[in-house]
Amino acid sequence: MATTPPTDASCSAEVPDAAGRFGDFGGRYVPETLIYALDQLAEQYEAARQDASFQAEYDDLLKNYVGRPSPLYFAKRLTEHCGGAEIWLKREDLNHTGAHKINNTVGQALLTMRMGKRRVIAETGAGQHGVATATACAHFGLECIVFMGEEDIRRQAPNVFSMKLLGAEVRPVTSGSRTLRDAVNEAMREWMSCVETTHYILGSVVGPHPFPKIVRDFQSVIGRETIEQSRQQLGGLPEVVVACVGGGSNAAGMFYPLVEHTGVSLVGVEAGGRGDQPGDHASPLTYGEPGVLHGSFSYVMQDEDGQTCDVHSMSAGLDYPGVGPEHSYWKSTGRATYTSCTDDNAMKAFDLMARLEGILPALESSHAVAQAMKIASGRDRSDRVVVCLSGRGDKDAAEIARLKGNG
Amino acid sequence: MSAIDDLFTRLRKENRKALMPFLTAGDPDLEFTAAMIRELAARGASMCEVGIPYSDPIADGPVIQASYTRALNKKVKLAEILKTLGAVTPQVETPLVTMGSYAIIYRHGVEKYADALVRHGVAGMIVPDLPLEESPRLAEVCKSRDLSLIQLVTPLTPRDRALRIAETSSGFLYYVSIAGITGERTELPDELVERVGWLRENSPLPVCIGFGISQPEHVRLLAPVADGLIVGSAIVRRMETAETDRGGTLREIGEYVASLVAELG
Ligand SMILES: Cc1ncc(COP(=O)(O)O)c(C=O)c1O
Repeated sequence: MATTPPTDASCSAEVPDAAGRFGDFGGRYVPETLIYALDQLAEQYEAARQDASFQAEYDDLLKNYVGRPSPLYFAKRLTEHCGGAEIWLKREDLNHTGAHKINNTVGQALLTMRMGKRRVIAETGAGQHGVATATACAHFGLECIVFMGEEDIRRQAPNVFSMKLLGAEVRPVTSGSRTLRDAVNEAMREWMSCVETTHYILGSVVGPHPFPKIVRDFQSVIGRETIEQSRQQLGGLPEVVVACVGGGSNAAGMFYPLVEHTGVSLVGVEAGGRGDQPGDHASPLTYGEPGVLHGSFSYVMQDEDGQTCDVHSMSAGLDYPGVGPEHSYWKSTGRATYTSCTDDNAMKAFDLMARLEGILPALESSHAVAQAMKIASGRDRSDRVVVCLSGRGDKDAAEIARLKGNG
Repeated sequence: MSAIDDLFTRLRKENRKALMPFLTAGDPDLEFTAAMIRELAARGASMCEVGIPYSDPIADGPVIQASYTRALNKKVKLAEILKTLGAVTPQVETPLVTMGSYAIIYRHGVEKYADALVRHGVAGMIVPDLPLEESPRLAEVCKSRDLSLIQLVTPLTPRDRALRIAETSSGFLYYVSIAGITGERTELPDELVERVGWLRENSPLPVCIGFGISQPEHVRLLAPVADGLIVGSAIVRRMETAETDRGGTLREIGEYVASLVAELG
C-alpha cells in the first residue's frame, strides 16, 4: 500500500499551504526560538516524503512492527442490537501497543533518525502516545522523555509503568490542570532549550506547522486501508465514517483520504463529558470558538479574555481544550460534521461492545462507537457505518472500575 | 515616533543604557502592580515590561509561570489591567510595554487591543508567540498608531532572518540571550557579546538583551554591548513575598533594581 497522501487536484485535500494554513486555520504561533526547529523539520519531512527509501522503511515498519493492515471487522451483534445500518470497526486497537498512536510515532522516530537527532521528547494524555513513543524509541535506540500531567499519571497508571519498562523517563507535570494541555506546554518549553539535539514527537494533529500535516500524513494509512478494505469487503465505500476527536489524529487519519470521496459523510465525535456547560466537556468544535492555543489557530475552549478553559472528559485522551486546525477547516467548509458524546453514553457503548462483541474499546474510542450506534439506528439496513476503533480499553480498566464504583 | 523611540534617541545622545524590569500584572493584585511601576520608575528603570498573565505561556519558565497562575487565580482581567496602567502612565515618565500572548490579543481583537494600549498611554507591545510570518497585520496596526511592536531575535535566528525581523519591528529589538525559556541563569553563552554586536551594527533599531539576566556582573558585561537590558524572573521571584509583605517586597525590588541600574555605567 502506498504511503504518500493523495495528490489529487481538488483543493480541499491540498492543504496546508507553505505557511501551514488550512483555510484560515493553523499557522505558527510560537516563540522565535522554535522557528528554526520547525523550519528544519518541515524541510526534512518534505525530503523524506519524496524519498522512496524512507517510505519503504516506513511501510516495512507498519507491516512487520505495527502489524498492519489492521482488520476491518463487521460488528454483527452490535449491528443487530441497533437494528439499522451495518456497523464496521476499523481495528486500530489491534496495532502493536493497542492504538493508532504508533502509526505516527514510528514515522516520526524514523524522521528523528534521518535528522541525526538521538533524543526524543513527547507529551501524553492517556499514555497511549507516550507508550507508542517509548516503543518507537526503544526500537531505534533513542533516548525518550515523556511529559505527563499528574492527574493523568493517576488515571492511566498501567501506561506509566509500561513507559518505564520501555526505558523512557516519565516527567510528571504539576502546572495548571495537570493534564494533557499542561504536558504539551512543558514539552514545548523543554524543546526550546534543546531543539538542536532533540526531536519533539507531538502526538496529535495539533501544534504549530508542520506538526498537523506530519501527523495527519502518518495516520492517513488508516483511511487508505479503509478505502481498500471497504471496496473488497463492502463492495464500495461506506455511507458514513465516524471517529472520536481529542486532538484529532485518528479522525484526521481516517478522514483525510476520504475528503475527496464526497459521498462519504465524515463525523467527528468530541468528548461531551458531564454536559454542555464550560468546564464540563472537552468539545471545542461543538461549543468553542476559533482562537490560538499551542501554536495553532483553531477552535478552542477559551474564556472571553483568551485564557484557556479547564475541560473535562472521563477519557484522558480526549481531555484537551483544543483541536487540530484541519478539523476546524473541515468544519468551516462543511466537509465533516462534529458532535459530542457524554461520558455516560460513551460508557454505555463501552459496555455493549464488551458484551456483544467481546471487545474492550478504549474510552476514547467508545465515544465514536456511541455515535455510530446512534447513526446506524436511524439508517437503512443497506447502509454501512465504519467506526475508527482507535484503541483498546485495557489501559482504562482501573479507571472504569473506579467510575462504576462511584456511580 | 513612540515613547520608546524618544527614549532611545535620548539615551543614545547621552551615551546611556536602558534597564527594563518585567513585572506580572495582577500578582498579587493590581494595586501592587501600580505601586511597583512607580517604585521601578523612581529607582531608575528606563521602561517597564508588563506581563499580561496567560494560562499557557510556553516561552516562560517556572517563576513567571507561577506568577501568572497566582494572578489568574485571583481572576485578573485584561480590561482591569489596562485601566490600572492608564492610571499609572500619567504619574511616571517611564514608558510601558505589554508582554502578552497572541491568544489574548486575538480574542480581544488586534485593533481593539492596540487602541486600548494607546488609550491607556502604553507605548508598545511584545507578543512572544507571534513570529515574523504571522506578524505583518499586527505590525501594520501598530505602525498606524505609533505603537512599538518589539519582536524577538534568538541565538537560533539566522542573520538574514534577524534583519527581516528588524524591518517589521519598531522601538527596539529584543535579543533573547539563550535558546530556551525565561529564568535566571548564572552563566550566559560566550557568543552572546559577539552576536549582539553584529545585530546592533546591522540593524537600524536599538537592541536590548533579555532572558537569564539577574546579576550585577551580567549588567557590567552586557551593558556596553547593548542598548538596554531586560530583567524578568529575578524580579518576579522577588514578587513572591508581596502577598504577605508589600512594603518589604517593594523596597527589596527597588533596591535590587537600583543596584542593577548602578552597574549600567
Ligand atoms: C485510543 C485513543 N483514541 C483517541 C485518542 C485521541 O487522540 P486523537 O484525537 O489525536 O486521535 C487517544 C489519545 O490518547 C487515544 O489513546
